[in-house]
Amino acid sequence: MPPRLRLTGIRKSFGATLALRGVSLEVAPGEVHALVGENGAGKSTLMNILSGALPADEGAMDLDGAPYAPRDTLDARHRGVAMIHQELSLAPHLSAWENIMLGAEPSRGGWLRRHDAKASARAALERLGHGHLDLDRAAGKFPIAEQQIIEIARALRTEPRVLVMDEPTSSLAQADTERLFTVIRQLRDRGVSVIYISHFLEEVERLADRYTVLKDGQSVGTGPMAGTSTTQLVRLMVGRDVTELYPTRTASPGSTVLEVRNLSAGRRLTRANLTLAAGEILGVAGLIGAGRTELVRAVFGLDRSEAGAVTVEGRGFSHRQPGASWRQGVGFLSENRKEEGLMLPLSVAENTVLTKLGRFGRLGWLRRREIDAAGAAWIDRLGVKASGPGQPVGQLSGGNQQKVALARLLEHPARIFLLDEPTRGIDVGSKAQIYELIAGLAREGRAVVLVSSYLPELFGMCDRIAVMRRGELVECRARADWTEPSLMAAAVGAAA
Amino acid sequence: MNTKSLLAKLGPFLGLLLVIGLFSISTEVRGYFLTYPNFKIILTQTVIVAIGALGMTLIIIAGGIDLSVGSAIAFTSVVGALLIQRGWSAAAVVLAVVAAGGGIGLLNGVAIAGLRMTPFIITLGTLGVVRGASKWLANNETVNYDGSPINSWMTTADPFGWSLPAGAWVALVAAIGTAVMLRQTVFGRHIFAIGSNEATARLCGVPTVRTKILIYALAGAFFGLAGLMQLSRLRQGDPTVAVGLELDIIAAVIIGGASLSGGVGTVLGSMIGALIMAVLRNGSQQMGWPTYFQEIIIGIVIIAAVFLDRLRQAKAA
Repeated sequence: MPPRLRLTGIRKSFGATLALRGVSLEVAPGEVHALVGENGAGKSTLMNILSGALPADEGAMDLDGAPYAPRDTLDARHRGVAMIHQELSLAPHLSAWENIMLGAEPSRGGWLRRHDAKASARAALERLGHGHLDLDRAAGKFPIAEQQIIEIARALRTEPRVLVMDEPTSSLAQADTERLFTVIRQLRDRGVSVIYISHFLEEVERLADRYTVLKDGQSVGTGPMAGTSTTQLVRLMVGRDVTELYPTRTASPGSTVLEVRNLSAGRRLTRANLTLAAGEILGVAGLIGAGRTELVRAVFGLDRSEAGAVTVEGRGFSHRQPGASWRQGVGFLSENRKEEGLMLPLSVAENTVLTKLGRFGRLGWLRRREIDAAGAAWIDRLGVKASGPGQPVGQLSGGNQQKVALARLLEHPARIFLLDEPTRGIDVGSKAQIYELIAGLAREGRAVVLVSSYLPELFGMCDRIAVMRRGELVECRARADWTEPSLMAAAVGAAA
Repeated sequence: MNTKSLLAKLGPFLGLLLVIGLFSISTEVRGYFLTYPNFKIILTQTVIVAIGALGMTLIIIAGGIDLSVGSAIAFTSVVGALLIQRGWSAAAVVLAVVAAGGGIGLLNGVAIAGLRMTPFIITLGTLGVVRGASKWLANNETVNYDGSPINSWMTTADPFGWSLPAGAWVALVAAIGTAVMLRQTVFGRHIFAIGSNEATARLCGVPTVRTKILIYALAGAFFGLAGLMQLSRLRQGDPTVAVGLELDIIAAVIIGGASLSGGVGTVLGSMIGALIMAVLRNGSQQMGWPTYFQEIIIGIVIIAAVFLDRLRQAKAA
């Protein structure tokens, strides 16, 4: 069968940076093709070229044998290439049917033919097995999983031949992921070629027919998914074995440094108790919305707690404030890197020293050279890929941004680290570096609370794991006393 | 949840009842305040802000803002007065004045959508440019003329009759037309789409640049119409009139339930918002409150309205 889509020798550079240095990709009709690679490997650039958002510098693209060079995203859609972005792009105030029909509303002389429009929207949703959705409800009021279905329905309206999905499951619960897979398989069976980008290799293994691995802007491997293990994919992605993703470490907890008693905050956190010792890594597991983030935010003082006490190294606080926490040596890493964790337009150096700016100045005047020197030191130590301490953080890749966010806690320096999803959305190589960094903190006798949705990470890193369910911290055991099934059972409230 | 959304919808109505109730407390004032002739006066006083609010509703739903309204109203009223001086017929004056307003809007739209600049900055600039141009055009003095049929559009000379002045009918017809346009035409729905998520609208093939230019031009035409009403009310072209009126107009739209971040707004709400502003002014005068007190009250109402906007958004999130 001739390929649906063929890319040969695609090259693209931004200024002096070579983002793509010869990428080839072949996708057959009715195939789910996984595109994997570390962050910064060039996946986004490639997909932007494919969906018409960027022009390629060199190379050729063919769609069903005809040359394909989209002028813009709209042109790409007309040619049959649609993209579902990681951040959903619905118009939240418009109804479901208006979103599905946006830009192609049936009309006569400018007047909307509402009835026809709703019928077409209904038909598009029915094809996805979601004909029951309320068409008149504002799109922003649907749960994420259903918003995604609406967006897919919109993409299907233009009868795409190639559908590109970028990390579609990153914010979905397990059951919704399964439903999405059913939809993707239906599309495949109807002959749509799906390019599926994901960091979750287990998903890729289950869903994809073929794979292509990108590394440093080049395609380094392609083949059928059947008979390929995720370990092989990882080896291609990072160019080395990462069997030992999690560093070895013998636990040697010291004295108690953090004690939380009956802490309550809002609806999502009720009467949580925990203790944390120096040199210990404590994991916090639970489903999305179980109150894990609320727990660390309340401990740090970002959210006001209604009841309970937090004791740091023997000193109690009733009303904590973030500034007081920093002064006590408690550092917090937000799960929301782009909006809360970092100031994207500011430089690497400025982000690093933000919590202790006062120490870089005299009488209110900052000494920029020292700030830059501090930033440069962390770029070296953590292996941040940046042009220098003056580069805006927003220009770095996700993994490198996260290293800068962590550098702020290290520079401060914090003794107690509250880390909320520190490896979310970053590539395998950066993950390994961040794990090593966290393990190193514990070895030095600092204490870490690690909130994570990814069980292997909790089992690989933590000495003890606490499980939260519906705002309560239900159980805390040593790692060895948990199994993944028993931990999941505690998280969902089932008998193990 | 449902009672909440109902409250959000009824909010402007309740606000209107609240301010009417406020001025009806004093028996002394009530005797005059709650009469048909006074409501007729209030309706007539609402016309200019209401017509301006129609244009502003389109712009705010699309996620934009226009600060140059007051200047546009002054400019178009001067243009109208000069044309009447030159002996143009009433119909020709109406067309020319509306076109002049549309022209200012078109310039705003081209600068905002074509040059991709922030509406706040662009219209802050045109606020000054257009005000200056009005004074230049009018030789820095009021433009007087002998008489015109336009003069009767905003009159309440017959306070005991039941008929409303023509201006009120024009505002009503324009409001109904705008509401239908927003709901029933592709252009209308694209206004909401652009305000809700412009990037997506572009991706889905909505001609965003053209639509935005059209929005500002159409709104400008409404501002021209408002300028015509201003002319009719003063019976002269005054280049210094309507300073700061943009704030009343924006406040009317926000009180009416539109969101400054775009995607939300209704014509009915904006019209009630305009009425609230007029009732506040009229009632304060009846109560014998000094003008500085009126200014304070209206300022507070604007802040309260923006606060409500924030509450609404928090609910939506």
